[in-house]
Amino acid sequence: MAERSFKAEVQHLRRGQGEVFTGEGILAITKALLESGVGYVGGYQGAPISHLMDVLADAEDLLSELGVRFEANANEAAAAAMLAASVHYPIRGAVTFKGPVGVNVASDALANLSSSGVTGGALIIVGEDYGEGSSIMQERTHAFAMKSQFWLMDPRPNLPSIVKAVSDSFDLSEASNTPVMMMVRIRACHVTGSFACRDNRPPAFSVKDAVANPRSDFARVVLPPMSYQHEQDKVKNRWPAAEAFIRERGLNEVFGPDRAPVGIVLQGGMYNGVIRALQHLGLADIHGNSQVPLYVLNVTWPLVADEFHDFCKGKDSILVVEEGQPEFIENQLGSFLYRAGASLRLHGKDVFPMAGEYTGTVMRDGIGAFLKEAAPDMLADALRAPNAPAPAIPDLSKTVPIRPPGFCTGCPERPIFAAMKLVEQELGKHQIAADIGCHLFAALPPFEIGGATMGYGLGPAANGAFDGGGEKRPVAIIGDGGFWHNGLSSSFGNMAFNKSDGVAIVVDNYYSAATGGQDVMSSRAQNSSKATNNPISKALAGIGIKWVRQIDRTYDVGRMRDTIREALTTTDTGPKVIVASSECMLNRQRREKPLRAQAIRDGRRVDIPRFGVDAEVCTGDHACMRLSGCPSLSLKVLDDPLRDDPVASIDQSCVGCGNCGEVADAAILCPSFYRADVVHNPGRFESRIAAMRARLRGWLTRRREARRLSFGVAP
Amino acid sequence: MMPAAQQPESGAGGIIKLAVLAVGGQGGGVLTGWIEALARANGYAAQATSVAGVAQRTGATVYYVEMAPAGERDPVFSLMPAAGDVDIMITAEMMEAGRAIMRGFVTPDRTVLITSTHRALAVSEKMVPGDGIASSEEVLAAAEIAARRLICADFDAMAVQKGSVISATLFGALGGSGALPFPREAFEDAIRAGGKGVEPSLRAFAAGFEAAQSGAATGAAAQTPDAAPAPAADATVRGPDRLLRDWQALVARLDTLPDSARDMARRGLEKTVDFQDLAYGAEYLDRLDSLRDRDPGDGSLLVEAAKYVANAMSYDDIIRVADAKTRTGRSSRIEAEMGVRQGQVMQVTEFLHPRAEEVVSMFPARMGARWMDNPRRMRWVERLAGGGRRIRSDGMIGFGVLYLLAGAKGWRRRTLRHAQEQAHLDAWLTRVRAAPCPAVAIELLRNQRLIKGYSDTHARGQSKFDRVMQGAALVETREDGADWIRRLREAALLDEKGEALDGALQTVRSFA
Repeated sequence: MAERSFKAEVQHLRRGQGEVFTGEGILAITKALLESGVGYVGGYQGAPISHLMDVLADAEDLLSELGVRFEANANEAAAAAMLAASVHYPIRGAVTFKGPVGVNVASDALANLSSSGVTGGALIIVGEDYGEGSSIMQERTHAFAMKSQFWLMDPRPNLPSIVKAVSDSFDLSEASNTPVMMMVRIRACHVTGSFACRDNRPPAFSVKDAVANPRSDFARVVLPPMSYQHEQDKVKNRWPAAEAFIRERGLNEVFGPDRAPVGIVLQGGMYNGVIRALQHLGLADIHGNSQVPLYVLNVTWPLVADEFHDFCKGKDSILVVEEGQPEFIENQLGSFLYRAGASLRLHGKDVFPMAGEYTGTVMRDGIGAFLKEAAPDMLADALRAPNAPAPAIPDLSKTVPIRPPGFCTGCPERPIFAAMKLVEQELGKHQIAADIGCHLFAALPPFEIGGATMGYGLGPAANGAFDGGGEKRPVAIIGDGGFWHNGLSSSFGNMAFNKSDGVAIVVDNYYSAATGGQDVMSSRAQNSSKATNNPISKALAGIGIKWVRQIDRTYDVGRMRDTIREALTTTDTGPKVIVASSECMLNRQRREKPLRAQAIRDGRRVDIPRFGVDAEVCTGDHACMRLSGCPSLSLKVLDDPLRDDPVASIDQSCVGCGNCGEVADAAILCPSFYRADVVHNPGRFESRIAAMRARLRGWLTRRREARRLSFGVAP
Repeated sequence: MMPAAQQPESGAGGIIKLAVLAVGGQGGGVLTGWIEALARANGYAAQATSVAGVAQRTGATVYYVEMAPAGERDPVFSLMPAAGDVDIMITAEMMEAGRAIMRGFVTPDRTVLITSTHRALAVSEKMVPGDGIASSEEVLAAAEIAARRLICADFDAMAVQKGSVISATLFGALGGSGALPFPREAFEDAIRAGGKGVEPSLRAFAAGFEAAQSGAATGAAAQTPDAAPAPAADATVRGPDRLLRDWQALVARLDTLPDSARDMARRGLEKTVDFQDLAYGAEYLDRLDSLRDRDPGDGSLLVEAAKYVANAMSYDDIIRVADAKTRTGRSSRIEAEMGVRQGQVMQVTEFLHPRAEEVVSMFPARMGARWMDNPRRMRWVERLAGGGRRIRSDGMIGFGVLYLLAGAKGWRRRTLRHAQEQAHLDAWLTRVRAAPCPAVAIELLRNQRLIKGYSDTHARGQSKFDRVMQGAALVETREDGADWIRRLREAALLDEKGEALDGALQTVRSFA
């Protein structure tokens, strides 16, 4: 079950000609695919395009009505490989994943696809995870387009432009027999807006038609000597065809006056930021009418030399607005200018920072600096020499704490890492390799477990050098998402084959949780269109790993700790794998809360647990915090001048997972934790017993109170 | 800090820029959706964006909305806020307001800052063994300067009180602020159009709206977050007459203390009497008396002594814990906290884990000491009496066991633990009395703060205390000795293992 349901929004995908669609970018892309007569779609989730996969999954009914095949691919490589259907058959296909990490995984398939070339339009929609809020290394997908020779779209970030780019991409792909990648940045994926709909179009030639009439052509196979011909074909035929198509269809856009001393060349995705900067500089109005000519590259690869030269005509200086590094576009344009013997000045990374996101401030400063040098007359006096001093605002950088993402309230992964920290206290620090997924938050305080991550599904593989063992065993952590993405073959196959002496912990929370709770092979949910309920331990047994421990309640910190200790100290040879399974609490709450509320309304007995702390027993040492980090376990300042330090306190967001009590027990922390179970609709017998107990307790406490002094407000 | 550039009249005039900075899970998306729907329903073109991804997992998240009166042509909106260019900044937590200010999203020339003053503590604040909570006052002070207008209140508590979530009260505050050109009904319509949890949301909206309008929600109204309610000033003493008479006699002894120390000593006296009995309270006052001649005369030393001697005397043994868990009022307090209603039943399970050490420390002092030195016996005790226990303190057996343990106060003075604590007190106060000056003596008293927690944590605290006291011996005769002792103690409170303390001790040794 995905974190967010799009069932309601998916109905808007049925809209036709004459209707207007209003919503999020992701949905607009889906609608555009349907309007373009796509024959099959697929992909692998990951921010910022997780929702696109969720939309497609929720729209499966509509897709099958239209005869469109939807595949939730095992990973990005599988998704890219699926585009092979467009190599021989005139079927339009689209897959989606995040960039650049998904593109890294998919690059083998993408390179082969690009070499073979396509008949039907092949589109890869990449959610470029770059800048603020990104969860990955900061790189550019652009390089892949250049090395494999597929085309890269970077449309202006508004819904009509994005929708148009989808259908343009298919056309461009077919016109040049080349796959096309469309890049959408984080905010563009979630941007809202409206566009005019067209009717959905069933594919003219469906995947079912294709399997009924198979085709093959060995000239398309990447084998010598055909692969040499492919390279020649790319450069001599497909590339010029793409350039011609881009020019004829006007895929790139020019805005602003025809004649001006300066101009700006920008990636389509940068358009709104550039306009905002120009608005600030007094050079554009609210509708984007700019006094500076703009050459908007909705296609950032290939670059069309003569179109660029046309734009440069009569200008003294050009600014290239290109986010990220290295500056591929600027370098290419520079080379165009040099080859043409042009004398105009080219600016870009001299006024803009080489690294980092082009935020509003960066954009304003960069364009301002360019204009100050290249066309100072265009700027208002105040901007050329601002004289108002900036108001002094106190520096809060030492006050405000950082707030990195972390485990949710009640997360079943927290007790696993609490147990690991306890084992670490006993046996010392171990070599730890982590993977990708929620469990990577364990690398942050308070756990600080995990040294490096080499990629999705590669945690145990990253300990390969230590497979031979030594004084202490290496530990690798991997999630169930990573396990099925790539881990089974690349990590566990590697461990088993090399007779690794290491330990691997599979954090199984029933979903690909970090990407939004999509089902995976081992999910325990019943999914009508996917094969779930395949235990990870069976897969491990299948590749010959013998030492496997399945733990079905990770909250049992004591057992978790003992099992990890056993794995690290046992004399057994071969890989030691612990599968630690408990359902993602976010998903579990979403599933159970409505059921529970209904049960209470129906008058059935429901027991809702929550934890608490006795403030007078807590001494404020915060040892529990260092083994938890749970958002609901926080601090409270007591109004007691005798106490210096704030004490632990559990707020009402507690879901009663039990971690704090278990940790207090396993780590022998303190006796201040208690669990309070509130029983809704208790039976008559139960109520009567409870009342009797309360009377007895009351009698005993009153009896004692009568013989001692009591201070404070009377209860 | 990003300097806020002076804004000239720009071509972006007419666009209202609104940013929301929230902690994952606070409903920032819902709030953004309402704002967007509100704008569209009232003849505005609007665009919203957000950065989701892992930021949803309790990290800080930005949502951004731009709007302008709709015309024939669509305006070009930006997808992210720029420093010095935000008209309305809504922050759903106090430190997020600080973050917004740091990022330059709050500037005196234009920004209306609407913030909740409550705190969602970051892990780094919670982990510190001492008090690591960041200062809300500093952020508020900065907000007063940075914002054109500041609207702040505990919008989280307000929402909880109305059975809703903070997004609704913040939406109310936005409505009440008048920063958007739409009437109140338009805001409420947006909530209704959303269709989920409409009634509680409208109630919370109203509360936020009125708070913003009444002006109650301005800087002055902000208070220290998460402070527990203060006990009534005239806290009552109840009990049998005979004990009350003896109590009065003890209270009378407080009158001889300097004014400034009297209140603290009274609290200390209550604490020690509550811990054991009146005789123990008398011992407490004797210990204060023994320090009286070390006070510089203004009571400054006696205040600290009153506090820390009381804390040291009320150590956390099994009896105290059992007593705390069986006192009158505990179950009704928990019931209130858990929101137990009529007809529901509450069960309470305690998570206890006594070790052999805790059990043996309840033995008679000499016998206990012998057993402690005998690993075989300790293992035996561990097997028999130690280990994790889940005790149902609402059930008769569980409650009975705790009740009996709590009643063992008469036994306490004979226990090994008591002997150990007395030895600690004597050694500590001897050091205090021998201090070369009151300033040093005060710092030595305050070092008691380092001893807290149970089992290993307690042992670690004790070891930190010992190391700070050793370090203190090296510097206490210096002119700045007191200051160095304070620094050592503060270093000891920074991290669990005491790495900062090691560093500080090394520094001290380098010159001492």
